[in-house]
Amino acid sequence: MPTKTRMSGNEAVAHAIKQINPDVMPAFPITPSTEIPQFVAAMIANGEIDTEFIPVESEHSAMSTAMGASAAGARAITATSSCGMALMWEVLYVAASSRLPIVMALVNRGLTGPLNINAEHSDSMGARDSGWIQIYAENNQEVYDNFLQAHRIAEHKDVHLPVMICQDGFITSHAVQNIILWDDEPIRKFVGEYEPEHYLLKEDESMAVGPYAVSPYCMEAKKAQAEAMKRAGKVILDVAAEFEQITGQHYGFFEGYRLEDAEYAAVAIGSVCGTAKDAVDRLRDRGVKAGLLKIRVFRPFPAEEIGAALKHCRAIAIMDRSESYSAQGGPLGAEVTAALYRAKAAAETVNIMYGLSGRDVRVEDMETVYETLQKMAAGEISYPEYPYLGLRAGTDDVLNV
Amino acid sequence: MRHLTEIRWHGRGGQGAKTAALLLADVAFQAGKQVQGFPEYGPERMGAPITAYDRISDNAIRVHSNIYDPDFVAVVDDTLLHTVNVTAGLKEDGGILINTTRPKEEILPLLGGYPGKVYLLDARKVCMATLGKYFPNTPMLAALVKVSGVMEMDVFLREMETSLQHKFARKPEVLDGNLKALRLAAEEVVECR
Repeated sequence: MPTKTRMSGNEAVAHAIKQINPDVMPAFPITPSTEIPQFVAAMIANGEIDTEFIPVESEHSAMSTAMGASAAGARAITATSSCGMALMWEVLYVAASSRLPIVMALVNRGLTGPLNINAEHSDSMGARDSGWIQIYAENNQEVYDNFLQAHRIAEHKDVHLPVMICQDGFITSHAVQNIILWDDEPIRKFVGEYEPEHYLLKEDESMAVGPYAVSPYCMEAKKAQAEAMKRAGKVILDVAAEFEQITGQHYGFFEGYRLEDAEYAAVAIGSVCGTAKDAVDRLRDRGVKAGLLKIRVFRPFPAEEIGAALKHCRAIAIMDRSESYSAQGGPLGAEVTAALYRAKAAAETVNIMYGLSGRDVRVEDMETVYETLQKMAAGEISYPEYPYLGLRAGTDDVLNV
Repeated sequence: MRHLTEIRWHGRGGQGAKTAALLLADVAFQAGKQVQGFPEYGPERMGAPITAYDRISDNAIRVHSNIYDPDFVAVVDDTLLHTVNVTAGLKEDGGILINTTRPKEEILPLLGGYPGKVYLLDARKVCMATLGKYFPNTPMLAALVKVSGVMEMDVFLREMETSLQHKFARKPEVLDGNLKALRLAAEEVVECR
């Protein structure tokens, strides 16, 4: 019987790790992900799992160690946040291009500066071109369920790519909420044993990992990696379907909330989507056809499916929790707008910057977003530039309640 | 009983306001509720003002914002009354619980004209009588449950006993003191307006 209980997002990830019992976990502490290796270290000390925990001297070493373990044939994981992942930067690319199925718990926190410890997506969004699969969560239940699915995706023979399982720092990582935990036995069966085909410690098979590739061959390796990312889409859906069979929880590339007949839609990632759902319900009660598209899988980016799901909307707000400093908006804004263009959608769009450095977003803030969309569809206002949500007064380009 | 109860805790780093918020979420869950307990992190350090929140509901909780219009506010340290607007957004039909050794005449003028109910608890007295040490969060938790009616007092005490038994399995003497502190705090908290 599944267990109804309550725990924080970090505890939920630690519980997933306990059920998976991975071979190796190198990690270096950084707020707000520190609790994850702490909990895992306690589980190891208590004899609950036999994971080899490797305390390392930096995040660069954490990812390098995960690479070494994974290349040797072990199931390797780590956890980090923000500047910690920034210090892994070089190795993120090496891990992905070496096609090593490492799983990382990323507790999203803004990159400095100004120095701040709170939720923002600038860490993972900065790594969007690193070759890692990225899966995001709205709450503790989703980050738990996503982590349980990660190894199956990463290790699939059609994929062989690392996966980062993301959740919003503090907002979900440190919030205690109700959660359903699945029984160990069906989960262990679902996750399965890792049986790599090629690995460094395999007898009678010589191989090199990470050697120099000359120009006449290097581009082919990159193309092969890009194809693997394309194939990951189907694998993500297949794994989700199998997960649904044992848990009843449905997961896809994204979740549409009251989206099918929506005239006004917001597109967002992470914890703000729970707040947006409450706003959608309030607007629906007032007769406004509001809806939400919550992106779960950002890499690979399901552009065609997102375009099709939004095509009927009159006005769309694309919400970014990460500045690109491109003078054009955020990463989600750019990619969703491109998807809408390819889908030949006629909707008015606005790319809204919100929640940077943990700036709180209330239900009322999301109501303002939908009210703005109504005005845009009516031709009353337009946003040639991208506005910030709830910025302190006295600044231009602000959507204020 | 309210459909959704929202509670805001004000304390200073190290006094256990965050722990109290998480404990309340914990026991409310044990009593069958949907819960959300979370801290708001700033430049966290010992002694700095901190805020923590609880939502307790009969329905699933989806919102992830801080709480701006709480039903109840709990102030773990009365020196905060001089620097933090603890009654901001507090519902008039709700109430505020303050841990203080000072008389109500000194406290009431510091509440910015808040017209709702005000409850005072001398958590230091409760702690010294039961624990011998000053840990204000346990008595404040019991007093808050009493004044907010967020759950039945006997259910709360039963669930806290189970929870503390687990936490202090190797320190039965601490368990006993904490249970006494909870009961005494529920008796000692006074409605002063």
